[in-house]
This record gives sequence, structure tokens and C-alpha cells, in this order.
Amino acid sequence: MIRMTLALMIAALPAVADEIWVSNEKDDTVSVIDIETLEVIQTYPTGERPRGITFSKDFSRLYICASDSDTVQVMDPNTGEILFDLPSGEDPEQFVLHPDDRHLYIANEDDAITTVVDTETRKVVAQIDVGIEPEGMAVSPDGKIAITTSETTNMAHWIDTSTQELFANTLVDSRPRHAEFAKDGTELWVSSEIGGTITVFNVADQSEIAKIDFNVTGVHPDRVQPVGFEFTNGDTYAFVALGPSNHVAVVNAQTYEVEDYVLVGRRVWHMDFNADKSQLFTTNGVSGDVTVIDVASRKPIKTIKVGRFPWGAAFRPTD
Amino acid sequence: MTVYLIALSAIIKREALRFVHQRERFVAALVRPLVWLLVFAAGFRAALGLSITPPYQTYITYEIYIVPGLCGMILLFNGMQSSLSLVYDREMGSMRLLLTAPLPRWWLLTCKLLGATIISILQVYTFLFVAWLFDISFDPLGYIYALPAFLIAGLMLGALGLALSSFIKQLENFAGVMNFVIFPTFFLSSALYPLWKMKESSVLLYQICSINPFTHAVELIRFALYGQFNATALGWTVLAVTAFMALALWGYDPARGLIRRKG
Repeated sequence: MIRMTLALMIAALPAVADEIWVSNEKDDTVSVIDIETLEVIQTYPTGERPRGITFSKDFSRLYICASDSDTVQVMDPNTGEILFDLPSGEDPEQFVLHPDDRHLYIANEDDAITTVVDTETRKVVAQIDVGIEPEGMAVSPDGKIAITTSETTNMAHWIDTSTQELFANTLVDSRPRHAEFAKDGTELWVSSEIGGTITVFNVADQSEIAKIDFNVTGVHPDRVQPVGFEFTNGDTYAFVALGPSNHVAVVNAQTYEVEDYVLVGRRVWHMDFNADKSQLFTTNGVSGDVTVIDVASRKPIKTIKVGRFPWGAAFRPTD
Repeated sequence: MTVYLIALSAIIKREALRFVHQRERFVAALVRPLVWLLVFAAGFRAALGLSITPPYQTYITYEIYIVPGLCGMILLFNGMQSSLSLVYDREMGSMRLLLTAPLPRWWLLTCKLLGATIISILQVYTFLFVAWLFDISFDPLGYIYALPAFLIAGLMLGALGLALSSFIKQLENFAGVMNFVIFPTFFLSSALYPLWKMKESSVLLYQICSINPFTHAVELIRFALYGQFNATALGWTVLAVTAFMALALWGYDPARGLIRRKG
């Protein structure tokens, strides 16, 4: 009986809901959205111009690319306190955490360099020369390959993580912004903002498998600019942010066909899912808000005001 | 009491019969809002949706915005059409027959109003169904919540029609109603543009729009479609129903109006 009462009491305790963290590029803050109530519950100050954000594997640390402070900040997500800064090279824009949970691969936009930082020793391990204005970063699930895309050179640079050296360069359309590995690391997807396409590569031989075009009804093609994208469970669909077209495209990852467009806020940039990937949170830079999309119905549910120019989004479970 | 119900069912049946027999009218009533939805709204698709105002929770396309206003448009045109039919009935004499029934005048007019409103609501749901076919849809519950809103809005616009019909002497004068009632009522409301958008161009226009009862009827429908209750809109709409109904009753008062004017 006592045990049952205790169990009931625990069940009755208010469950702490999962969160979506959003970096606000112009406010120098991160906003924390409660996934249950879909409201901003906390805002923490960061370094200047925070853009890429990502959590450590155990979600005990938040890494923040503070671009104009030329550093990667490490925040304690429980307190919002900046624990320490990591050397990052100049103007870090985006980064990716290696599956070893230790090495960060950082794109240094102004220096045409990819910097590899050891988050434990807090030292730069390697600096790899890549194309001009590197931005998109990805690491394969097995951790063997890292990708940097360079905006001006219009290439995806393939880095062997064991030697930290380039082993291939592949051309993509104009201004590649974001890269992701899909289907257990067999495919690499790269979005090209000005080209308005996503190029899909076969990772085994770096050959091009497919090119995805977008066409939003009533929007001039110049404004359809694919940037960030994420895959649903099983990599069946990709949700692609189309920048100033204010829409997110739903791409069938098997047929490479666009199936739907979802209206979101202005200049949609990046995104992240909740725990079971039933909801997607997109950052809308110009309108300064985050749109929540119901993944199953592909309908926007709500738009939440955050800081000025939200850029990156990262999911954090709280139980 | 049964006499009252007999009168009610007879009048509703007559309205229904008229509706069934005039299929062209039904199609016309459906085509009008559909043209607005599928042609007019298509051109404005990207023009709106830069601001989020209640009851909306996120950005919407113009097609979604315009739907409640077009539901209101159906109710408005039908309200006026029923007033037109009253003028016709009066000219043909069947109205006199109706009004000489041994029942209170207010009850007969209420029956007429209810009958016309029910028919209007059927048309509204047909319109919503067609919109749904074009993927312009709402939460399933919203369609149910909106029913009482359609009823009140329909009664309000029907009562307005009744009141007007008591002052129109001839069928030919109906063109005037079109110009001076239907168009201003529809355009000076939140049916096509949100009020904040109106305010940006003209404060006076905004003020006129905000006192237009049709605006409140449309907002009542808009909120109801999203399962939300808008007390202000309801208050204004109910007030307008009462006022228009009182005006209609006064207009059809046997002691004045019709007979004296005719004579």
C-alpha cells in the first residue's frame, strides 16, 4: 500500500518537459523552449553572435559557436553558466561533435580552415585547409569521415578523421550551407543555398546519386534557398529549410522527390526534432521565432517568439 | 404550442422547397465564395501571413485567412436574398397570406428567419467541404464549434435582411441594397483583411470596420473554427441580432408599415 502511494506520488509529480535550445544570432543569447507548453522558459546570455549549437552526448554540456567572440563556449545547461571557452580558430560558424563525444570539427568561415578541437584537453588538435568560407559540417556515424562545405569554392571537402587530411573534394551547386550523413552513413546530403538544390552523394565512391530541386508555389525561385535539414525516423523523409521562401520542404528520402511544403516564419534556417521525432522546431531568422511542425500531418502547429535572428536549434531531454 | 411548431415546420419546409427548386441559386451561392477563395486568394497567397494574431497560432496562407469571411459572405448574401424573396412574396401576395396566419407576427418572422438561416448553413458547410477538397482545412472539431457561430451570424444577417425588406417597396429597389448594404458590409469588415492591416492604411477605415457587426460575425466564426470563444464578437453579434430583429418587427408592425404604406 505504502509502495503504491509512493508510486502514485511520484507519478503525480510535475514531469519536467524536454527542451529545444535556440541560439539568437543578434541578441547574443540562447532561448530555451519547453516542449510541453511550447513556451520560452529561459533565456541565457552567450558570447557574441551565437550560431551553431550542439549538446554533448550526455546533454551535460552545450557547445556554442560564438562567431564574433571567435570562440566555442561551453555552457552548463542546468544553470546557463558558461563553464569555459574552447579555442576554435577565427569566426566559428558551424561545428559538429564527433561520435567519440570528444572532438569538435569547427568551420572557420573567415580563415578557410576546419579546426579540430579536443574538448577534454581544450586544445586544437588539427587545422585543415579547406575551400573559401567553410560552413556546413558533418561527421559520418562511424566517425571515419568528416565533411566541410565551403560557400565560395562550392565544394564538399571529405576529411579522413584518422589522418585529419582531405581525401576527396566534390563540386556542388552554389553556396553549400549544410551537410548531413543519411542511411547509416551510406549517403551524404549537401544543401546549396544559391543553387537552390540538395546534392546527394554515395559515400562509398563520392559519386553523385541525385539532385533535388525545389519549387514553392507563389515564391520567386531566387528566394527558394535550401539551408538546414534533418531526417525523420529511419531517414525516410528529410525536412529542408528553404530560407527566405518561408517554407520547409518535405523530401521523400527514398525517391528524392519533394512531397510537401510547410509554411513557417521568415527566413527559416535550421531545425531540430523532439525525442520521438514527432515534432520539428524550425528557427525563423527574420521573423525572430520558432515554428513547431507536426511531422505526421506536416502542418505547422504553433509559432513561438524567441530572440532576434534565431539560428541554430538543439534538442535536450530532461529526464 | 403545436400550432407554433406547425407554422415553424411549414415555413422551413417552404424555404427548403424553394432551395431544392432553385438549384441554380444554390450553385451561384457556392460559386461566388469559391471564386474568391480559389482565384482572388491565390494571387494574394504570399502577401499576407507576416504577423500572427489570435486565433492563429502560426503563420497562415491567405486562403486560410479568407475562409471565415467567405462563410460570412454566404450568410450575408443569403440573408439579403431572403429579404429579396420577401419583397417578391409581398408583391405576389403570399406574404400577406403568411402574415394573416393567426399567430403572432414575431413568431412568423422568426420562423422565416430560422428557415432561411438553416438553408444558409447547409450552403456554408458545402462550401467548407469544397474548400477541404482543395486542402484548405481546419481542425475537425472546429467545424462543429463553428455551427453555433454560423447560426448566430446567419440570424443576424437574416434579421438585417428582414428589416431591410420591410422598408423596400419594390423588387427593383434591390439593386440599391446590393450597392449600399452588401458591398459596404462585406468590404468594410475583417473578411478580406485583418483589422491591423486596415489600421496601417487608414485609422478611420479601421474604426468603421471595427463597429461593423459583420466584422464581429466573421471573427466569431474565425475563432470558433479554431475551437476558441470570442466573447466580444458574440456580444456584438447578439446585440446586432436583437437590434435588427426589433427593427424588422417594427417595420412589419401591422399598425404601421406595410398596409399603411401600400395604401
